[in-house]
Amino acid sequence: MPEILLTVLLIAFKSLVLMVSLLVFIAYILYADRKVWAAVQLRRGPNVVGPWGLLQSFADLLKFVLKEPVIPAGANKGLFLLAPFILVVLALAAWAVIPVNEGWAIADINVGILFVFAVSSLQVYGVIIGGWASNSKYAFLGALRSAAQMVSYEVSIGFVIITVLLCVGSLNLTQIVLAQDSAWGILGWFWLPLFPMFVIFLISALAETNRPPFDLPEAESELVAGFMVEYSSTPYLLFMLGEYVAIMTMCALMTILFLGGWLSPIPFAPFTWVPGPVWFVLKMCLCFYMFAMTKAFVPRYRYDQLMRLGWKVFLPISLAAVVIVAGVLQLTGWAPGAQ
Amino acid sequence: MDNLLIDYLPLVVFIALAMVIGGALLVAPFVVAHSNPDSEKVSTYECGFNAFDDSRMRFDIRFYLVAILFIIFDLEVAFLFPWAVVFGELGWFGFWSMMIFLAVLTVGFIYEWNKGALEWD
Repeated sequence: MPEILLTVLLIAFKSLVLMVSLLVFIAYILYADRKVWAAVQLRRGPNVVGPWGLLQSFADLLKFVLKEPVIPAGANKGLFLLAPFILVVLALAAWAVIPVNEGWAIADINVGILFVFAVSSLQVYGVIIGGWASNSKYAFLGALRSAAQMVSYEVSIGFVIITVLLCVGSLNLTQIVLAQDSAWGILGWFWLPLFPMFVIFLISALAETNRPPFDLPEAESELVAGFMVEYSSTPYLLFMLGEYVAIMTMCALMTILFLGGWLSPIPFAPFTWVPGPVWFVLKMCLCFYMFAMTKAFVPRYRYDQLMRLGWKVFLPISLAAVVIVAGVLQLTGWAPGAQ
Repeated sequence: MDNLLIDYLPLVVFIALAMVIGGALLVAPFVVAHSNPDSEKVSTYECGFNAFDDSRMRFDIRFYLVAILFIIFDLEVAFLFPWAVVFGELGWFGFWSMMIFLAVLTVGFIYEWNKGALEWD
């Protein structure tokens, strides 16, 4: 019995370290997001709290905690508070299986990618419950839009993941990264042979996480803040946190599926000495930089354009890609495990 | 069996910890912050007037259609996952079986496209 207790304590400690570093990382990613946005618009961005505004996110956290939490009289109170909680817990749960280095995943389960896919599908419940429980028209419309948008792009993300799995032959995230380990370094990663899939994944990830230019659910000019309109204080903070954790998950997935995870881009001596997690974080920052720049200079889509892109462009292309990738692997005999 | 469960133990611990952090953040302002609700503050957000009717109104059928289509295609993806993992060992037989399955679904996709289920104007 004591051994099990010790194991659980060790796992809890590792999980706590991962979660705290993830949240601190997100605090600075938020800061970077605002700085990039400001730089594009020739503003300074946050620069008051701490040197160069580096403590801005922590001041924001403190402000959120000290704000009065308003619960609308017409809302279903239990569900109203449950929604942000569900969203943030599910968003964080995906990180249990993500390997930042070889063997560093908290739970290195053999269905890793399926778990991440399932958990990110479930996040739509947080949005729907929040929009419904608020009992407000803006929130309701925002939740409907958001749900339809999230499920639409979920499908093409699924097909993109399938094309990668065809090349790997395993659902384990560590195996997916190791399959990209070759003498070619950066040229051996999946972004090159599966480049169209990489682009589709990036754009679908933007839509899936409600990032601009696909931020229709919270379109300020028409729906004020979408499903979050009635939220204040930390329930609102949890929605934002869930959103950013989901963005980080998408960046990490892009890193693992297409950019070779913790592998060094140049596969010889001085570069391979750099520890894996450094490469992993650098690649995640690169992915997030693309997210931030898209937010800064792409105008918002219209809802019909959004749905057309998802169902009429991405779905047929990614479906065709599955057929093509499977056909090529079968014809050339490159499929993993082929006789 | 035991080994399989041990694999998933970290997952349970991680999610429990996520719940603790989320719960703590959720409860904090109710403990710390000053609360002073009045009838205007807790009324539903509208553009300056009181809400006319219930906000849980009828909505466009197309949202429902999208949800139905999502179930079909997500199930399709769910079937593809195990197929993709053992793809190399299945050979040509496995390849053509899945192609026939995909072809049948594609016929359905073309039908719904022509029916206008994907139109949002």
